Amino acid sequence: MKWLELLVLGLFLALLVYAEFDLPERGDPNAPASVHVSRSYIERSVRDTKTPNIVTAVLADYRGYDTLGETLVILAAGLAVFLILPRMKTPRSR
Amino acid sequence: MKERYENPVVEGVARLMVPLIQIFGLYVITHGHYGPGGGFQGGVILAASLLLLRLTLGEEYEHRRFPPRQAILLATSGMLLFVLVGLLPLGRGAPYLNYAYLPIPGLAEPEARYLGILIVEIGIGMAVWGTLVTLFDHLVGGEAQ
Repeated sequence: MKWLELLVLGLFLALLVYAEFDLPERGDPNAPASVHVSRSYIERSVRDTKTPNIVTAVLADYRGYDTLGETLVILAAGLAVFLILPRMKTPRSR
Repeated sequence: MKERYENPVVEGVARLMVPLIQIFGLYVITHGHYGPGGGFQGGVILAASLLLLRLTLGEEYEHRRFPPRQAILLATSGMLLFVLVGLLPLGRGAPYLNYAYLPIPGLAEPEARYLGILIVEIGIGMAVWGTLVTLFDHLVGGEAQ
């Protein structure tokens, strides 16, 4: 059984290494991820938002929905702890 | 964890460090436009300052100054700030979260977006700050009221 697991893991490793050869070079301006909207963000963000930090402009302005969801996830975790833990009947170790 | 940490050195250093940590947290939140930082990071730093106080001065003292109920109130009001600021542009027929159309007279479009980002970062900071303090208070296991 152990050999079967090792074989599956080895095949998975081979698959990942094989797939890695097709990835674009690091920092390649013609990589698929960089030719869609990144260029326009880099060119427009200072003019559009007066924010020199492009990361902040993308995070809070262009991708505001994403950030809204992230904050909601964190708040949901806090609310869950706030609502559930004080009602647990099991004695807690102090 | 809940009792006061009876050590003058620890307590003195904590009392000395907390204001500096909090100023640094506010700086990280408001400086997100120009460098690394923003609401998430600044909120974590502000929460860390409160956790330091809770660990050194003890719950009995700290829960009077910043009760756990206030922490969850802070978190939800931060989230509410974010959502309401996103709603404001709807009144001018713009999409949700489009800060360029914040209904503030005499503000050019880039300035409005700059301001919108700042308000949203503050909202995120409050939400993260309150949430982390809430998590600590309840996971440490006290009667958090």
